[in-house]
Amino acid sequence: MNAGDALFLFFSLALVLSALMVVLSPNAVVSALYLVLVFLFTAGLYILLQAFFLALLQVLVYAGAIMVLFLFVMMVLDLRKPCRWWDGNLPALMGGPLVGLAFGAAVWATLRRTVWPEATSETLFRGDLAAVVTPLFSRFLLPVEIIALLLLVATIGVVVLTRREDHP
Amino acid sequence: MWTDPAILEWIFILVKIIVIFGLVLSIVPYTVLAERRICAWIQDRVGPNRVGFQGLLQPIADALKLMLKEDMLSNHVHKVVFTLAPALVFMPSLMVLAVIPWGSAIGPMTCVLSDMNAGMLFALAVASFSVYGIALAGWASNSKYPFLGGMRSAAQMISYEVCLGLSLVPLFMQTGSLNLSAIVEYQTQHGWLMLYHPVACFIFITSLFAECNRTPFDLPEAEQELVSGYNIEYSSLKFGLFFLGEYANMLVASALVTTLFLGGWSLPFAPFNAPATVIWVGLAHVGIFVAKVCAMLFLFIWVRWTVPRFRYDQLMALGWKVFFPLALVNIVVVAVIMACRANL
Repeated sequence: MNAGDALFLFFSLALVLSALMVVLSPNAVVSALYLVLVFLFTAGLYILLQAFFLALLQVLVYAGAIMVLFLFVMMVLDLRKPCRWWDGNLPALMGGPLVGLAFGAAVWATLRRTVWPEATSETLFRGDLAAVVTPLFSRFLLPVEIIALLLLVATIGVVVLTRREDHP
Repeated sequence: MWTDPAILEWIFILVKIIVIFGLVLSIVPYTVLAERRICAWIQDRVGPNRVGFQGLLQPIADALKLMLKEDMLSNHVHKVVFTLAPALVFMPSLMVLAVIPWGSAIGPMTCVLSDMNAGMLFALAVASFSVYGIALAGWASNSKYPFLGGMRSAAQMISYEVCLGLSLVPLFMQTGSLNLSAIVEYQTQHGWLMLYHPVACFIFITSLFAECNRTPFDLPEAEQELVSGYNIEYSSLKFGLFFLGEYANMLVASALVTTLFLGGWSLPFAPFNAPATVIWVGLAHVGIFVAKVCAMLFLFIWVRWTVPRFRYDQLMALGWKVFFPLALVNIVVVAVIMACRANL
């Protein structure tokens, strides 16, 4: 086993453990912290795949921005009462593992059938921004613009929906 | 054996790590002393001048005092998160220093720990983590004032992070790189970027003040309303780590401004405007970098004791209604100018 394999094993095991703890932890804020760990370990896996840029974006956007907002909202909500996973009702306790198993089976079936492409050249993602960004501004320009518009619509929608009427 | 390139590489990495740690741990305590002396000078007082010559041993006395205090841990705190939070404030600043070039080259050794292509992106990604430390300290303390401080800090840092990133876009457009070493090299040839992008420089430095929770944006620890904000429940070395973290963040912010806008290790005349080929120039480059960082630290302190604190709504309005549009307009203006120069 070389260093790369060892690191892969470490990152993936840690990732699965943290993901489990997200669900099992009784405290919502601690769950969110485990989710941050999940994002960090995912970034580690990206780095092992030479995708430095993707890893940095993963940390910057998910761990650095989105999870901070999540935490912010959770702290404002002030969830004092711990909710343990064994407190749930029976259908939820039975249904959860069932859905998980079904999803796992679906993923496994897809993976078995996939024909994997040859490994891409390592230089493509080596922290090289131009290689990642140029397609976004040429080949995939239209989808990027449409997604941007969609996000703008969603933002405006949230602002409109949460706006409080000042005059009765 | 010593000349084996692979082993030499490891030795260089070790030396660089030691230098970075040494710089942080020697500059930070003396920044605290400088802050107290300069504050006293601005307020026409004397300041701490009793311990050692002109108070030079004061930081050591302070550190000893902090270490000897009792480490209190109240019953109502969330113990793990409470203990983790101070480290989370201090750690990101050390990690950012890994990508900052603090000199050109000393002999065969380049003076940057990790010459990453997406260096600035790494710096922003890691720096975005320091908000966790403060927000979690506020939450884990399970007490009103720290909680308010933590919330304020989270809202403030999220808001100003946006301006921080956007204000740098014109720089990247001009230099065509996110690699901090490349940005410094560009400045050695074309002059300091502060002269090209004064607006970006102003937005960046002001946002850094907000990110470091320094006056005029020190709302997370506003003494008059929150006693001392997110760190009330902390004592002993945990408090010391917060203190160290705050000043280390300031140091990193100064290093970033120096690297991005003030030409890094270079001076605009020979032999300091090109990567060093002889050792004494290399050492001089490190000295120039440290001098510029110290000048920035002085600016931080100067502003803190000159400008009064903003009100919370003013802070948010400044971030979202002034700096955010200004940064966007700045990007468009620079893009138009660059397009005109390329085509005319």
